[in-house]
Amino acid sequence: MGAEMITIVNIVLLTMLCFSAVAIMLLRHLFAVAALTGAFSLLSAGLLVALDAVDVAFTEAAVGGGISTVLMLGTLALTQRREHRPPRFSLPALLVVIATGGALIYATSDMPAYGDPNAPALQHVVPVYIEGSRNDIGVPNIVTSILASYRGYDTLGEVAVIFTAGIGVMFLLGRRREDEDDEGMVRHGPGNDPESSEPEETAS
Amino acid sequence: MLDAILAHYNYWLIIILMMIGLYIVISRGNLVKKIVGLNIFQTSVFLLYITLAKVTGGTAPILTGKPEIFSNPLPHVLILTAIVVGIATTALGFALVVRIRESYGSIEEDDILAAERAEEEIAVKEALS
Repeated sequence: MGAEMITIVNIVLLTMLCFSAVAIMLLRHLFAVAALTGAFSLLSAGLLVALDAVDVAFTEAAVGGGISTVLMLGTLALTQRREHRPPRFSLPALLVVIATGGALIYATSDMPAYGDPNAPALQHVVPVYIEGSRNDIGVPNIVTSILASYRGYDTLGEVAVIFTAGIGVMFLLGRRREDEDDEGMVRHGPGNDPESSEPEETAS
Repeated sequence: MLDAILAHYNYWLIIILMMIGLYIVISRGNLVKKIVGLNIFQTSVFLLYITLAKVTGGTAPILTGKPEIFSNPLPHVLILTAIVVGIATTALGFALVVRIRESYGSIEEDDILAAERAEEEIAVKEALS
């Protein structure tokens, strides 16, 4: 029990993640891809729990499994449900991927062993944060105390990024409604013939 | 040998996952599929960071009053931020896809490039006549 069990859980979950990624690559039906993306997020949330990152697992399950799947389903409703081209093999892409992956795997030989308690990343500021959240901040969850206190500016920057992205989405999709009001129905609804590859005249 | 494999197998599987995501981004022409590939890549980067934070015999970094070994909480904080930023960029990407579909009537890369070329030819002809 203990370390061996966690090792087995890790290997099983990572293998399942790889299989669902390959399935996402091969499937042409985008609804199935959306469902598999949700399953992928759930599996990675499970793996995060096995790796002791419970806060990250909550966020991944809620944001990755929930919101991102909803966003993707909304996009499919507004665009199309099937990929038109059959999956094709691409040799240059494969070469790029093999070269990058090979370089990364070669680089892992310099990394500290998995679960090493003497890893350099654990020696520097982390003991200070742990002691500080015990003695100074008084929040039992160390992740919370770092997020909200020691690294509060990170969270402020995150809010700025989300705000910017929200404004971007508003400008991209909000304009459309004004166009519709001005010129009547010009939008290509999802019910239009999805097989027509004819580029239609732009409305704007 | 087995020790070396056990020390790094997690990294290798995560890198394989990362490369599947990269292959989807490069080789698939459908824009929704490309964003999904980008998400797979992103999730595997998150997993790589969290794997680095794991300490054997450690627990989740929550104080219970007893002396304990904790996994490194700092990567957890960074990845928490990255997940939320990731969903913001994904939302922006999907909004762009919807907008492209409205302008070009397609979300396949080939069709969009063909439409671009046709538009350019029309513009050149109009400029010449």
